[in-house]
Amino acid sequence: MSDSPDQAQPEMVNETAESENNLYESAAVEPPQTSVSGKRFSVGIDLGTTHCVLSYADLENIDDEEFSPQVLAIPQLTSPGSVEEKHQLPSFLYLAHEAELAEDSTSLPWSTKPDYLVGEIARNLGSKTPIRLVSSAKSWLCHTGVDCKEPILPAEAPEEIDRVSPFEATTAYLQHLCDAWQNLNPNAPLEQQDVVITVPASFDPAARELTVEAARAVGLDQAILLEEPQAALYSWIEKSHGDWRKHAEVGDIIMVIDIGGGTTDLSLIAVTQQEGNLELTRVAVGDHILLGGDNMDLALAYTVKAKLEKDGKRLEPWQIQALTHSCRDAKEKIFNNAEIDNIPLVVASRGSSLIGGTLRTELTREEVNRVLVEGFMPKVAVSDKPISRPRTGLRTAGLPYAQDAAITRHLAAFLSKQQGATDELKDINLPEHASFLHPTAVLFNGGVLKAGTLAERLMEVLNSWLSAEQAPEARLLTGVDLDLAVARGAAYYGYVRKGKGVRIKGGTAASYYVGIESAMPAVPGMAPEIQALCIAPFGMEEGTQQELPDDEFGLVVGEPVRFRFFASNIRREDKVGTRLDYWTDEELDELDEIEVTLPEDGRRPGEVIPVHLCAAVTEVGTLELQAVSQKDNGRWKIEFDVRAGE
Amino acid sequence: MNNYAIDLSLKPTTFDLWHVYLAGAVAVLALILITVLLSMVISQMRYKKRSAITQTATAPEPAVKIVEKIVEVEKVVQAPAPEPVVLKEATPDAALQLLGLLQKEARFIDFIKEDIAAFSDSDIGIAARVVHEGCNKAINEHFTLAAVRNEQEGSKIILPESFDAATVRLTGNIVGNAPFTGTLVHKGWQVTDIKLPKLTLGHNAAIVAPAEVEL
Repeated sequence: MSDSPDQAQPEMVNETAESENNLYESAAVEPPQTSVSGKRFSVGIDLGTTHCVLSYADLENIDDEEFSPQVLAIPQLTSPGSVEEKHQLPSFLYLAHEAELAEDSTSLPWSTKPDYLVGEIARNLGSKTPIRLVSSAKSWLCHTGVDCKEPILPAEAPEEIDRVSPFEATTAYLQHLCDAWQNLNPNAPLEQQDVVITVPASFDPAARELTVEAARAVGLDQAILLEEPQAALYSWIEKSHGDWRKHAEVGDIIMVIDIGGGTTDLSLIAVTQQEGNLELTRVAVGDHILLGGDNMDLALAYTVKAKLEKDGKRLEPWQIQALTHSCRDAKEKIFNNAEIDNIPLVVASRGSSLIGGTLRTELTREEVNRVLVEGFMPKVAVSDKPISRPRTGLRTAGLPYAQDAAITRHLAAFLSKQQGATDELKDINLPEHASFLHPTAVLFNGGVLKAGTLAERLMEVLNSWLSAEQAPEARLLTGVDLDLAVARGAAYYGYVRKGKGVRIKGGTAASYYVGIESAMPAVPGMAPEIQALCIAPFGMEEGTQQELPDDEFGLVVGEPVRFRFFASNIRREDKVGTRLDYWTDEELDELDEIEVTLPEDGRRPGEVIPVHLCAAVTEVGTLELQAVSQKDNGRWKIEFDVRAGE
Repeated sequence: MNNYAIDLSLKPTTFDLWHVYLAGAVAVLALILITVLLSMVISQMRYKKRSAITQTATAPEPAVKIVEKIVEVEKVVQAPAPEPVVLKEATPDAALQLLGLLQKEARFIDFIKEDIAAFSDSDIGIAARVVHEGCNKAINEHFTLAAVRNEQEGSKIILPESFDAATVRLTGNIVGNAPFTGTLVHKGWQVTDIKLPKLTLGHNAAIVAPAEVEL
């Protein structure tokens, strides 16, 4: 008899599933209603270099001061055959050999055979077979000089492996998050929620465009972008439950330092006043620095390796890998416990004999301090610049990792470069003699800064610069969860966009230029001089557009036309139409070329059409460039994502 | 109305086409009814068999409760409420899974299966670190453990009349009636939350560590 309830159950499940389907169908018939009342959640997606996090909050049942976002437990394969729920989805993708995994051992709650293996399982399998592991896809999105839709990853894979593009990998992570959401909330399709996806503040327009495109590829047409440091600040505001106004005052410059697994992202946010209300404006963002916690673990592992080699022990690659793992844990223990001065490190043998073949060494506090604190956060002067060696002639197809590991030097360079970032804000008064922008408050984000020693050192260095110029020490803003803040802040932003709470003003993080050949007589052997024409000014707000009707170009119908494309995150005064004849390397960064092809419909191939350029910042947060015909007002999109492939 | 008076004594003398259709329809419907009934009976029988199997596979919870460790005396197995067959079939998967986790994180089976007599204490100590660290990680990740009694071990405690004999085991000089006064020898452990990975259908839990071949 005990069978009968069990018998009834599957039928009931079927029934509810059916009725849900019906609901969904009837909802699809009447789209106007669902788009208004169907949205219930604000969903924030942190698409990190090493981890993805999805946070969400119910938009229907919240009062002003009580916003409590939750973090989705994402079901994922952890090893062949086992599925676990974790708050973080490691951003790794594994391209398994068809003979590698047993049948049915890779099913997920929503799919018996997912297209790609992503998450914990990818990281685990990839640690033993790195040639099949795709990692840091996000850093590739912002890598000039590669086509992000070309299958190029893993870069080290042998010929026979079918590679994927950085774009496909990003799409796969988003697809997994989408499926996980759909599985847990079958009644609230993700495409009907308010979705905010975070990107590094230093992402260029092409990388932002690719991220939005990846979101569209999984059906999230409504997703909008938010810069990660801003998301961290939103999380701090949300966590303070309205108290943030007591911790921030007019004239403050908040520096957000986000040191994640793979990247370091910097932003400055000014606190100003408008009719008695505090306003937040993002005034500057840093360069894309490929430097993070993974570099630290690797540095420790190599230190320990050197120590072992001195004793005559040779390490194999898998042992270094294992050592990196144990260094990560040991580092955290040393940092979090002042009483521990050394931690034994053991690398177990790979065979079933554990006792004889296990390698033992130890990591001391002195080593951790020397390698991490002095190596990554040395006490430098604010006038120091990151050391950069000239790149060797042949560039390998790898990521442009930061050449100087000293985060403090990158920080110094950023603050010096952005000295004029607040010139136009009357509430911010920098002393005359200041040689860099003086932040008054600091907000940390990213797992690395959970280590108290590193956070303290960073503050110590910053405050030494400030006191050298008689400025008050910067305060540390606390209260955010360093791992989950970005996703939580992104979910909060969805709520802010409903008109609740304070919104950080930002706009574009740089001004943008196209290169045009100047009308100078050609000199043999010299490339023609080019001018930079400003097409989008700094801080252009979402939903606005700017046209340049006076600057005409002739575009040839049917032929792709390319422009050189530049960005500057310090030239704030340039207006649309400003032409620069000369600039320093520091002022303008050259991005990948942009390209436009005029379709032939209704025109003769080879015909020259006069056009002018138009730049718009979409509500989504991407930059859109168009060529507008002077004659018939036809508009053609100028593509970013054509990356210089040659 | 009068035109259509019903006369039950009337008998048709000829079969027109319409009646042939009707007769045919009746025959077809009867056939369908029989098939449907038959198939229902058959599926019912099959389903019973299958649900017995699925139930054994999807009921690891009863097994889980046994993880509690209570004071040093051996546990008296109480007659468990579920059918013994169910327990027997459900246990291996969860147990194998736990073994797999301990092997993966802590090299548990490697350690236990190795003959340690030949090694020095310091060698064993090094390996024990691997095992301890890994077990700690595996257990903390999948189980939430709490003490059964929060008093200091070695301290005097008083057990009221209504104490739960399943969570507190009495030993030694057990005489008289509750409330009992005694010394807390072991504080006991209980699992308050358990989060084991779900297994895919094709997964063979008996392979707690696959053989590894490097190419």
